[in-house]
Amino acid sequence: MTNWIDRHIKWVFTLPAVLFVGLMMVMPVGYTFWLSFHEWSMSNVTPPLWVALDNYIALFKDELFLKSLWLMFYFTIVAVLIETVLGVGIAILMNQNIVGKGVVKTLFLLPMVATPVAVGLIWVLIYEPNIGIANIFLSKLGIPGQEWLTSQSLVMPSLIFIDVWEWTPMIALIVLAGLVSLPKDPYEAAMIDGATPWQSFTKITLPLLKPTLYSAVLLRMIDALKTFDIIYATTQGGPGTSSQTTNIYGYVLGFQYFKIGQASALLMIFFIIVLSISIFTILLRKRAGVQL
Amino acid sequence: MKKNFVGFKKAAGVLALAVGLSSALAGCSGSDSSTGSKAPEKTTEKKVQEIRLVAANHPWTEAIKAQLPEFEKETGIKVKIDSYFEDQLTQKTSVEFASNSKNIDVVMFRPLQDGKMFHKSGYFADMTGYISKEKDYTKDFIPSSLGSVQQDKKYFGLPLVTETEVLYYRKDLLEKAGIEVPKTLEELEAAAKKLNDPANGVAGFVARGKRAAAVTQFSSFLYGFGGDFMKDGKSTLTSPEALKAFEYYGNLLNKYGPKGTLNMSWPEAMAVFTQGKAAFYTDASSLFTNATDPSKSAVADKVGFAPFPAGPNGSKPYNVTSWALGIGANSEKKDAAWEFIKWVESKEMVTKLQAEGNPGARISVWDSAEGTAKFPKDLAESIAENGKTGTSYDRPVVINVGSARDSIGDIIIAGIEGKDVKAAAEKADGEFQKILDSEK
Repeated sequence: MTNWIDRHIKWVFTLPAVLFVGLMMVMPVGYTFWLSFHEWSMSNVTPPLWVALDNYIALFKDELFLKSLWLMFYFTIVAVLIETVLGVGIAILMNQNIVGKGVVKTLFLLPMVATPVAVGLIWVLIYEPNIGIANIFLSKLGIPGQEWLTSQSLVMPSLIFIDVWEWTPMIALIVLAGLVSLPKDPYEAAMIDGATPWQSFTKITLPLLKPTLYSAVLLRMIDALKTFDIIYATTQGGPGTSSQTTNIYGYVLGFQYFKIGQASALLMIFFIIVLSISIFTILLRKRAGVQL
Repeated sequence: MKKNFVGFKKAAGVLALAVGLSSALAGCSGSDSSTGSKAPEKTTEKKVQEIRLVAANHPWTEAIKAQLPEFEKETGIKVKIDSYFEDQLTQKTSVEFASNSKNIDVVMFRPLQDGKMFHKSGYFADMTGYISKEKDYTKDFIPSSLGSVQQDKKYFGLPLVTETEVLYYRKDLLEKAGIEVPKTLEELEAAAKKLNDPANGVAGFVARGKRAAAVTQFSSFLYGFGGDFMKDGKSTLTSPEALKAFEYYGNLLNKYGPKGTLNMSWPEAMAVFTQGKAAFYTDASSLFTNATDPSKSAVADKVGFAPFPAGPNGSKPYNVTSWALGIGANSEKKDAAWEFIKWVESKEMVTKLQAEGNPGARISVWDSAEGTAKFPKDLAESIAENGKTGTSYDRPVVINVGSARDSIGDIIIAGIEGKDVKAAAEKADGEFQKILDSEK
């Protein structure tokens, strides 16, 4: 027996991980893939019915699905862009020697540590149009109160604001780690050559930070694409369908309309989108000449 | 197609064997009765049993919790309760039922929302056998109520909570302004206009404005204007009567409603009303304890109730069975589950619970003095008044209620936002007709 284990040691050691991935990841994705070619309403009586590509075709004809894709990309691109700019700025600030740096850093991480659903519920109160603090604050500035999450036009910006509030610290943290590990010599050389701080930022800091930025943006982007908790806790896709991103629409299709097949097809499309964005970013990193 | 399904299961089984975990997977592989071997010993039936009730976050659930020790003493059956908010309840129960779980013994469900779909999907055990064993059991139940838990003369549930749409109003505000309690929708609009006072944070009127959630409370307005969701399998969402109703409801909330109605289901709308920030509120009668309980409401002693105001077509408010109890199809403790249902649906228990403010479905309890003793007098009168001309559904009676409600909700939203109601109705009409056609 021990002999057998010795001979197959590489399998024995990897088996737990393989089993875990197989059961918890490959099986569910495989089952979803299988379901996406069927029509099923979670019935115990009628088994799933094979419909080939009908679910996919129906989705691409469904304007709510197309709208949800647009909302998902809108949310992700705007949120991640703002988070990256702010995150880099904050990281650079925190990399200076300022008083109380430790305390500021700790406080700064708090939003990221909080549970997203709790964050969502608190923002519902902040944004509450009649008694919420956001409108009280605006009225002190002499600006009329807004409807925030309950207005079709303001709901996405309001959600993006929550996401930025919650996740900018993550980008700042990763970038800060990158900044600390940057070599000092190029800066000295640049200073001697008479470069302005702006020049040394754009010509030295940014290029050197590129790999770090790629990882930060990739991580954040995947996370932002699949944002569910904040939106579900605040608007559930409303008012109407104006914050119904692809993920939320998948939930609605599956658990409110009982169209499990279509929901599975939607999730497969979603899966492919996330996968291709990841691969694309990794390729970009490779081209930038960095190893994973 | 069935072959494929079986094939998949086989493949899954082989895979499970291959990884040597077949025993762990057996629980979720889903095929049960077909193999025919019912091995587990039957002696467990006699021991202390525990049944699981999956319920809604509802005043009824709160009330029954306090009574459970008595049931346990009487029968030796323990009851474990899980409770969820409405939408999560639908999701939770359907996922659990669809995985052929045996763990749900008794389930609380919305007959008009999930009843048809759940029944069609085989989630419920047939209760007809249990019911027919008791003599004249159903005689005391409101007939329309029983209708909502029946299909082809078979029962998949028993009605539990009934409700109708009433007008909640602030006695003090009306008195101060010298306004009579509105009896028609026209008077309601005039009164809401007069009492609307945004500068002091009081809206004239509040009601649900959230897409699907608003549909049920809008239905009474629709019927009052002479409209309906459908007729003979055809959508009637664009009829002139329906359009007028959508416009009226939207206009009321747009002009005299608080901010943010588009995200309001009943908890939010009720909060606005109970915080003293609205003069009128229309919603289900069964929620009244939220408004009259001083620990939940800042205006508990100032709340009045009135029958739903009449429209051009008279007063036709919905009068429905909002909740029912069913037995899980795969439950292994169906007898104990029935014991429990029989106990909570007994005349004594319904009287007791109704006295605490949970309107039931038993005729004799409604007729008795104790049955309505603890209801505010004006509420009991309003419910009785509504009952005379009520409509037995508050949403389209279809299988795919979820998507139908969303389509109709889009028109309500357009109304509240002051957009083109007719265009929205035409769009929703097409979507709704598609649903109707798919169910033929």
